[in-house]
Amino acid sequence: MRAMRLLWRRTRIQNRIFWRTPVAAFFTLVFPILMMVLFTAIFGNDPFDTVYGRVSSSQFYTPGLAVFAAASSTYTNIGINLASRRELGILKRVRGTPLPPWIYLGGVVLSAVWIAALGVAAMVVLGVAAYGVNVEAAKVPAMLVTFAVGAASFAALGLALSSVARSVNMAVPIANATLLPLAFISNIFVPFGTDTPAWLDLLGNIFPLKHFGLAFGEAMNPFSDAPAFEWHRLGVLLIWLAAGAAVAAWRFSWEPPVIAGRSSRRRRRPVPA
Amino acid sequence: MGPAVAVSELVKDYGAVRAVDGVSFEVERGEVFALLGPNGAGKSTIVEILEGHRTRTAGTALVLDTDPASAGASFRDRIGIVLQSSGIDPELTVREAIDFYGAAYSRPVPTGELIELVELDEKADARISTLSGGQKRRIDMALGLVGDPDVVFLDEPTTGFDPVARRRGWELVERLASEQRAVLLTTHYLDEAETLADRVAVLAKGRIVAEGTPAELRARAGSALIRFTVPDRAEPVADLLAPISGDIVGRDRQVEITTDAPTADLAHLTGWAAQRGFELEGLTVSTPSLEDVYLSLVGDDGDTAAGEGDSEP
Repeated sequence: MRAMRLLWRRTRIQNRIFWRTPVAAFFTLVFPILMMVLFTAIFGNDPFDTVYGRVSSSQFYTPGLAVFAAASSTYTNIGINLASRRELGILKRVRGTPLPPWIYLGGVVLSAVWIAALGVAAMVVLGVAAYGVNVEAAKVPAMLVTFAVGAASFAALGLALSSVARSVNMAVPIANATLLPLAFISNIFVPFGTDTPAWLDLLGNIFPLKHFGLAFGEAMNPFSDAPAFEWHRLGVLLIWLAAGAAVAAWRFSWEPPVIAGRSSRRRRRPVPA
Repeated sequence: MGPAVAVSELVKDYGAVRAVDGVSFEVERGEVFALLGPNGAGKSTIVEILEGHRTRTAGTALVLDTDPASAGASFRDRIGIVLQSSGIDPELTVREAIDFYGAAYSRPVPTGELIELVELDEKADARISTLSGGQKRRIDMALGLVGDPDVVFLDEPTTGFDPVARRRGWELVERLASEQRAVLLTTHYLDEAETLADRVAVLAKGRIVAEGTPAELRARAGSALIRFTVPDRAEPVADLLAPISGDIVGRDRQVEITTDAPTADLAHLTGWAAQRGFELEGLTVSTPSLEDVYLSLVGDDGDTAAGEGDSEP
């Protein structure tokens, strides 16, 4: 009970930290919405052929960009957040308190998933309200389950990212250099059709983002049959979840990186009397 | 119930480098114990082993009768750590940070009380990122004390303080000891160790080269230091210095005598000079400072390693 209370507090503190970091809030929540508005303005909202069938461009972009928002608020934010907290010695401080490590990390993950939910909700509401995007009650459970599995999977990958990247200066480029190119080959920014090169198709299929997007897209697709669960895609996401958790369990460190930590100390330390 | 901290034959290797080489000491409740030494002497490594941040290679380490290497949350509930290298979420305010870190402890000190204790009242609702270096050290101190700890580890607690803040910090540490907490302090400020510590261990290259009260350590350098300048006309001085019992160091005409018999030596010196009508210019008698002892114990390491940061990996 006490553990749950602590976890709740931790999550709220972490939310507060997120909202006080305007850059993170912008890229996570505003950026995908901006892209949605721009894409539909540039390409028009006319129907075209997509993997979902012939749908409007907003119908195509809404689930993809919603999933993209979810992935960046979990994978990118957790990865960068924890790498920076490690570098600042905050993780080490936490490790010296009676707060159980799983509650600290749990708060970080739950907060990121909460922000992801807000990002997805904002995108879906915008799609429905402004562009008449299709959402059906019978397929909402599939949307929710897909979101939960996908967000958990990308949160685990965020933990893995923060374990592999020992500094913020590594975490930021790794996050961007993985998620952004992946978005291009995952039917998120660019619609994939029958004329897509097979190797790009295959490459996209290896990674989790495409499965997250397509599973969520099917749950919003006006032509899919309820309940519209894409179990095999959720299965791929769960495999990535396990892989991310395994890397984190293997490599995660609470200690500040030796070189960065020492050099910042060196600057601060005055010559002894 | 044993001493609050008991370390015996502690050894820590980093690869081929032996950072801590057979260190033993104990800290009682209500006592301030200082580990004094140049950077890289092993101070931080010892403290981090006792905090449970690092594992040891050999020897025993007990804090509150618990092995820190295998201890869990209930152990960390009773210790307080003020590390030099650990940050605080810059986005939070002082009050939020103390609230949050306090929430993990079983008997947190009320936030307002702590803010007052470390004199951050005016900054209570300011973001951590806006605090000055000295203010950050004070909230570090507050976060170390928020769990009402039985043992407090202070890693160079007043580094970055201005002289006034330093005095205040010292008062706080003295207060901690008076509240029957055990305080283990690392410092490379000699005056800090001398002012605060009931006992001091001087570390060099991973070993304790001297241990005792500051007064005991000072006594190692003799009980008095006599300095004067030999008058130009007073040649030769051999018969002046011959009967002196202490160690004599002379440079040009400056003479420094370290002695355990200052009264007798001084009587001889002044008698000799008065008889001949000489004045021993600049004659002073003083107690050797801990600094004199320290520098003789750690040699030049204290100078060459200064400002380099601990070289412990």
